[in-house]
Amino acid sequence: MSERLELPHAAEDIALLERTWAEPRGFAGWFFHVDHKSIARRYLVTAFVYFLIGGVLAALMRLQLSRPDNALIGPDLYNQIFTTHGTTMMFLFAVPVMQALGIYFVPLMVGARSIAFPRLVAFSYWMFLFGGIFLYTSFLLNAGPDVGWFAYPPLSEALYAPSRRADVWAQLITFTEVASLATAISLITTVFKLRAPGMTLNRIPLFVWAQVVTSFMVLFAMPAVMLASTALILDRLVNTHFFDVEHAGDALLWQHLFWFFGHPEVYIIFIPGSGLVSMILTTFSRRRTFGYLAIVLSLVSTAFMGFGLWVHHMFATGLPQLGESFFTAASIIIAVPTGIQIFCWIATMWSGRIHVKAPMLWILGFFAIFICGGLTGVMLAAVPLNTQVHDTFFVVAHLHYVLIGGAVFPLFGAFYYWYPKITGRMLSERLGRWFFGLFFIGFNLTFFPMHVLGLHGMPRRIYTYPTVMGWGALNLAASIGALLMACGVLLFIVDAVSALYAGEIATANPWGAGTLEWATSSPPPGSNFPCPPTVGGREPLWENPPDQPVVIGLRTDVRDVLVTHVLDAEPDHRLEFPGPSIWPFLTAMATTVMFVWSIFTPWGVVYGSLPIFITMVGWFWPKSAEEGGTQPWPIHHRTLPQPGEAPAAGGAI
Amino acid sequence: MSQPRTLDVGALAPGAFGSRSLMWWGTLGMVLIESTVFALAIASYFYFRTRMPSWPPGGVAPPDLRWGTINTLILLASILPNELAKHAGEHVDLRGVRIWMVVCLLFGLGFNVVRVYEFRHLNVMWDHDAYGSIVWVLLGLHTTHIVTDFLDTAVLTALMFVGPIEEKRFVDVEENAVYWNFVVLAWLPIYGVIYWAPRLM
Repeated sequence: MSERLELPHAAEDIALLERTWAEPRGFAGWFFHVDHKSIARRYLVTAFVYFLIGGVLAALMRLQLSRPDNALIGPDLYNQIFTTHGTTMMFLFAVPVMQALGIYFVPLMVGARSIAFPRLVAFSYWMFLFGGIFLYTSFLLNAGPDVGWFAYPPLSEALYAPSRRADVWAQLITFTEVASLATAISLITTVFKLRAPGMTLNRIPLFVWAQVVTSFMVLFAMPAVMLASTALILDRLVNTHFFDVEHAGDALLWQHLFWFFGHPEVYIIFIPGSGLVSMILTTFSRRRTFGYLAIVLSLVSTAFMGFGLWVHHMFATGLPQLGESFFTAASIIIAVPTGIQIFCWIATMWSGRIHVKAPMLWILGFFAIFICGGLTGVMLAAVPLNTQVHDTFFVVAHLHYVLIGGAVFPLFGAFYYWYPKITGRMLSERLGRWFFGLFFIGFNLTFFPMHVLGLHGMPRRIYTYPTVMGWGALNLAASIGALLMACGVLLFIVDAVSALYAGEIATANPWGAGTLEWATSSPPPGSNFPCPPTVGGREPLWENPPDQPVVIGLRTDVRDVLVTHVLDAEPDHRLEFPGPSIWPFLTAMATTVMFVWSIFTPWGVVYGSLPIFITMVGWFWPKSAEEGGTQPWPIHHRTLPQPGEAPAAGGAI
Repeated sequence: MSQPRTLDVGALAPGAFGSRSLMWWGTLGMVLIESTVFALAIASYFYFRTRMPSWPPGGVAPPDLRWGTINTLILLASILPNELAKHAGEHVDLRGVRIWMVVCLLFGLGFNVVRVYEFRHLNVMWDHDAYGSIVWVLLGLHTTHIVTDFLDTAVLTALMFVGPIEEKRFVDVEENAVYWNFVVLAWLPIYGVIYWAPRLM
């Protein structure tokens, strides 16, 4: 890679480029950032903080359930705790943290200087942050949601949930979905239009494929829950009757809409996890991923099938038998593409030279945990067993094996893998092994007994149980396991914080990986790549010839970005990207006011929309030439190509 | 250390129209999201239908055809000035853009006003039953679109008059027209469901 450091730019050009891409400093400047790395760092830290809070709530539940007839937490608070725990982990941690990794690494992995629509991504972050603050402020005001993370009516209707708690849940959904839809659009556009020249579709890194597939799933799945939660708010606020059986409504419609979102959601969380597995496993097996095409097709087919099996969450509702059979079959079939991926990974490791470093440990842990979760998933697809264990701890065990195994294990692997890239420092290998060991043992000790508890009939979402049921010993074991997991996470925090100051300095490519994020310094400069790369193979750093070209000719005095063609990534045109802006923050503030206002009165929507409109106009309105805008009107000759006209220059590489 | 070869992109144009532009992909993303919302709302309508022996339930009259049909015609007619604005945008023709965007806004004013009459002739209130709720939500969802599309077109038109105008704003004009077409075309299935489903089923 050393030739990459010898750049065809003069030194003063690089300095100007870095000034152009620098973000404002100081407290006030903090609100103006639009750099994808800066936004993604905040996203990651915020999501991790929500994960910790959600984890504390889980620990409280384990404390309460550790022995029979425990009077530590009453039923009212317990309901709020399990609802807020589930809501936090699904909406404020699992989906956002994966998108945050996408925001940081997708532009780097495709060799771009920026994410597409950087201000939209900043807006997404602020919405996500404010949504979480809104949820936890409500929780502290004894208004935490208490109707379960899927908020089934009629329980969540005004008649049975008269306080604001269910509204808080429904509106938190709106916050997080707006945030994740905005990010999804940015990621899709980045992958389709900002790839480095030469990165044809069959050279896109698998993590980037996973992100783009996930983003499409977000576009089609999130609207369902937004429509449902809006209908719920309308039912509660202005007496519509969507879920009210007495007025021609239907409570089951909620379940259909919710799970049409909710099942794809599982894959929205798992598919990025599988992308992480492909990346890390390839790096530490020291060979190209086996079955690249098969893995990509598996991701795509999983995404399609993921929309066809929501009803298996509703087997206990007495649907027609034909429907149950169809959804059973669909739920079993989706194991096939996942199985193909797992075989490809095994083949990659088998034929490679495995280096077991801390990131790779988590991937090996992923195999063990996720396959167990997958097996109970196949069991739950069968209607008789599903009906038997419905709403028991068996389901709790299953979903934690799938989600923690499928997403959190690869995620911790990714933390160890990419921490050096983000911070420029290495995490401790020794603490990493302790963290993994504690978490792996603690996880199994916590959740494996829940399978047995579920089969013994222990329902989920109960705040206590009598001694005579005989569930005490297994529950105590689960609670001890939770303590071990907490110790592991604590070690990780100590490691992550101390490594910031005292960690070993990271080189540009400490793991010897093959993808483009390792082609730039650790941490990357504001422009990502002083000279953007071009790509000559699937693992560019392993396969590029020594004289692989770099891109020159982008302007250094504005944030100039190279836009390429969708399929073959040939250079198409340049585009000036916006600089730092306060408007995403202000727009998110205005949107937050409207969202919160609207759970109290429908007029909140009307009056609250005005500030949103004003801030959006401020966002859109361009700067004049004196304020730093460019290309003042009138122009002397047209520079934009006619629609359909071939690009002016560039040519193949 | 050898100097790497270079790929000079300095001569490339500073922007492009249509699916080559980033804005087109952003607009496509919005269209996919909103189409999904419309499709799910329509699916919910028919889901309620399957739950009731007659439709609309309880002998409620279907919405009056007159205003909805008039508005459908106005919406469809607005495609013409909209396409002309798009064409002017693609030709970086400031005068044409100004003229046709203003004409579009007049149409927009028209269909927003007629929309008020549509609401008043639905013959059911949202809190009457689930049929009323879903009809109001369907019409309300589309109304949100025509109001916001009118407002953002108005802002863009104002910009094209008072500036600062840059050449790349003409790509915005084009993408704004693409979105306008989506809002018009999305109305057709909703019109069919609100006004004709109760008569034909």
